Amino acid sequence: MTISIDPQDSNTKSLQPKGWIRYFSFSLDHKVIGIQYLVCGFLFYLIGGTLASAIRIELASPMSDFMPRDVYNQVLTLHGTIMIFLWIVPVVNGAFGNYLIPFYVGARDMAFPRLNAVAFWLIPPSGLMLVASYFVEGAAQAGWTAYPPLSITTPQSGQIIWIMSVLLLGGSSIFGGINFIATIIKLRRPGLKLMQLPMYCWAMLGTSLLVVLSTPVLAGTLILLSFDIVAHTGFFNPVLGGNVVVYQHLFWFYSHPAVYIMVLPAFGLVSEILPVHSRKPLFGYTTMVFSIMGIVVLGLVVWAHHMFTSGTPPWMRLFFTIATAFIAVPTGIKFFNWVATLWGGKISINSAMLFSCGFIINFVFGGITGVALAQVPFDIHVHDTYFVVAHFHYIVYGGTVFIIFSSIYHWFPKVTGKLMSEKLGILHFAITFIGFNLCFAPQHWLGLNGMPRRVAEYDPQFQFVNQISSLGALLMAISTIPFLVNIFLSIKNGKDSGDNPWNALTPEWLTSSPPPVENWEGEAPLVEEPYGYGKPISQEN
Amino acid sequence: MTTLDSSKEIKKNDSEASEHHEDFRMFGLITFLIADGMTFAGFFAAYLTYKAVNPLPDGAIYELELPIPTLNTILLLVSSATFHKAGKALLKNKNSDTQKWLLVTALLGITFLICQLFEYFNLPFGLTDNLFASTFYALTGFHGLHVTLGTLMILIISWQTRPKEGRITNQNMFPLEAVELYWHFVDGIWVILFIILYLL
Amino acid sequence: MLNKNFYLILIISAVFGISFWIGFNVNLLPAKASINAPIYDELFKILFIIGLIIFIGMTIAVIYSLFKFRKRKDQYGDGIALEGNLTLEIVWTIIPSIIVLIIGLYSYNIYDRMGGMKELNHSHEMMTSNTEKIWAGISQASNNEVASNNLSVEVSAMQFAFLFNYPKGEFISGELHVPVDRKVSMKMESKDVIHAFWVPEFRIKQDIIPGQPTILNFTPTKVGKYPIICAELCGPYHGGMRASIIVEEESDYKDWFNKNTKTEVSL
Repeated sequence: MTISIDPQDSNTKSLQPKGWIRYFSFSLDHKVIGIQYLVCGFLFYLIGGTLASAIRIELASPMSDFMPRDVYNQVLTLHGTIMIFLWIVPVVNGAFGNYLIPFYVGARDMAFPRLNAVAFWLIPPSGLMLVASYFVEGAAQAGWTAYPPLSITTPQSGQIIWIMSVLLLGGSSIFGGINFIATIIKLRRPGLKLMQLPMYCWAMLGTSLLVVLSTPVLAGTLILLSFDIVAHTGFFNPVLGGNVVVYQHLFWFYSHPAVYIMVLPAFGLVSEILPVHSRKPLFGYTTMVFSIMGIVVLGLVVWAHHMFTSGTPPWMRLFFTIATAFIAVPTGIKFFNWVATLWGGKISINSAMLFSCGFIINFVFGGITGVALAQVPFDIHVHDTYFVVAHFHYIVYGGTVFIIFSSIYHWFPKVTGKLMSEKLGILHFAITFIGFNLCFAPQHWLGLNGMPRRVAEYDPQFQFVNQISSLGALLMAISTIPFLVNIFLSIKNGKDSGDNPWNALTPEWLTSSPPPVENWEGEAPLVEEPYGYGKPISQEN
Repeated sequence: MTTLDSSKEIKKNDSEASEHHEDFRMFGLITFLIADGMTFAGFFAAYLTYKAVNPLPDGAIYELELPIPTLNTILLLVSSATFHKAGKALLKNKNSDTQKWLLVTALLGITFLICQLFEYFNLPFGLTDNLFASTFYALTGFHGLHVTLGTLMILIISWQTRPKEGRITNQNMFPLEAVELYWHFVDGIWVILFIILYLL
Repeated sequence: MLNKNFYLILIISAVFGISFWIGFNVNLLPAKASINAPIYDELFKILFIIGLIIFIGMTIAVIYSLFKFRKRKDQYGDGIALEGNLTLEIVWTIIPSIIVLIIGLYSYNIYDRMGGMKELNHSHEMMTSNTEKIWAGISQASNNEVASNNLSVEVSAMQFAFLFNYPKGEFISGELHVPVDRKVSMKMESKDVIHAFWVPEFRIKQDIIPGQPTILNFTPTKVGKYPIICAELCGPYHGGMRASIIVEEESDYKDWFNKNTKTEVSL
């Protein structure tokens, strides 16, 4: 008798541990794995946030006086790496993807539950390893980009641990990507067509394609870099005849798509949230799908816009300028469609909605500076300055992290069966939105006027604006308090939400909240119109 | 729960059937191999860029000879064919034939690795001698790692196809098919590698 | 209906008006001190205005929707079942495409005027051996360019300083002195890790890469002292890696040059 390896077998699942202990187990349940990703990611967000606060404290005065200079470089390296590889990527992909995708395709679980659990359990050890590297001989201090030859000449143990940790996280990401592609393409409930899937599925399909195509290149690059460090080969070491620009090409071949790996799922999530709270169908489903795929294709051929000052040949600069600027078109379509989704709706102004609208405003701002940065002559002045820092924080914090919070408010009743406090939620939004803009908007000016990024000291003339920025960072740190209070209070004694508090039509709401282990008591429902608001299908609710 | 339109509701019996999806493990494997292929693509791209922009410094030695890699190419291509034979035999339920062909394949893989090591020991340059030497060893080494893993997996599945007690039968062909696909992939990569490293 | 269109036009013209006003009156950039700078500022102004129009427009649309279409206490049910509008979607695909294309071509034009697409003719008599590859930078031509009139400087960057070698005078300086209105042609090379040469007032930046010399040409137009900033993380003292560029009148520059030169050529 062979052991059944059918992942959809509910017998396998009933053997899983129950209660809170399951969140610390090698659970195969996609819902448990999703929560594991979310909580683990949030803990790393708190660590990364603490590091960000340390950076802002250091920058509140023009002198390097809060911490030693090399520690400052370690802090900024860890801040970048943790926020990208341990918070945003695992949470928007792993957490929400694992929780929602099986519901959306009408399955009991992901295609490969064991692979899924392995992918998650790679994250905590590699994350801890990364944080612990600080106590060994100092963490990596070459920035999250780890440009050689700096990464070859700085203390080696930290850099090697950094490489190992990022390789493991990349592996986790690839396993997750394979799982999502297989689940979305192959595991759909009979009768469910691709063009009936909720938008998040399309976003995750696009994201996973990017993960599968680009992450391995980063892995290969980091393996070569580690050879340079350990075995003294000369791939990227000019002293031994190597070429440092090749590293930058290979690195950005992953790391630019990584931006889309971080924002495309957020685009998907906001497409789920807006229709529900504005009681209107998602505007322009088909154009949304095509624009996601357009972003995926274009996203793979724009990497060298990070290297306009690295001595790239002129034709390359021209090509990458045009390609990058054209990403604005599919992205713009999505934003116009979202505003059109709001238009004429019956909008409930709640925390989820506010964070989503905050996302639209912030991301439009970040997108505009992005188009500007794509222009070679513009980029030459502001490259590697605080203008760039402000730009990408508008994308990844003002964009993705806002959507992570929005999604937590939206799906909290699904996971716990309790409602979150709207008062605390709106307070959380207000402090976050003000703090965020106060922190990052002034940094555009700093960059334009001559403050480079990744510095511990700067000209005294920039002190006032830096202090405003630090004040914003303080507000952002404070904003976590109402959020955490809200989470704990709501879990403990939140109001019962019922199964479907938002009267939503997407499939995850058509079961009890919290859902049973098998996702549905009986047959998975066939949802042909996940956005059928204003239609008879919705009136019956 | 109104979206559960009664006309669309599938009967319980059907639903049982619907839960047995087609085997998508192969699909997952193909996706993984695409990812793996991208790692090689990165290495190839790096090598070709070095070739285009970084001249070989004066006095540096980077010369490759063709006989051994040509032999290796033939070995791997033949091993692909023998693996295919093994799969054919399993379809006909001839497990002992399958086992035989798998062992031949594994032997070819091991011979490949021995030849590769022999080439390594006879090359006039070492890992850190120059940029091209390093890239050469990284590429062939990474490929050799794939061959080593493949050979080990072939040995394992040949053990598992043993008549009567073996886990792999023509009812459960996935492990064999998976390793076969992987092996063809590794061969394909070698052909590209051979063209880029030795012929260009 | 007329009334509605009237308000729409009013709002749109207000958005355009405000954006243009801000674009022309708010200066976010530092002083202009090279011939690159006014060209750059021209591009900046255009991008700033287009960006403001889009940003203000979108923000108004979002806030207006939240206010106008918010669910009132006595309201139930859904909004209109509007799933899309092909004409509208085509319009907001094509218009951004055209804007993006125009911006792209315009910035190409700007880049060309900055000299980015020019052949890099480095006027060094020495140094450039045949095997050496020169990597792209900006090649800014001044209006009355005479190659022999160019000032050639060799820049070497190291952790954590810039050194400027004046080959004609055979001396090395920690400060970059250049005469005003004369093209400066720099060949830059790093001794250790990647650095970058950035002068915000000149709107130019170029990475200084170990093993691959890069070229940067510029023509200062305004007398003064400006900071040279390293813009690529290069180690613990990256923030302190600064130098000064001193743009001075031709005569002042000559004095300084003669004071420093070791060879007696100029006497």
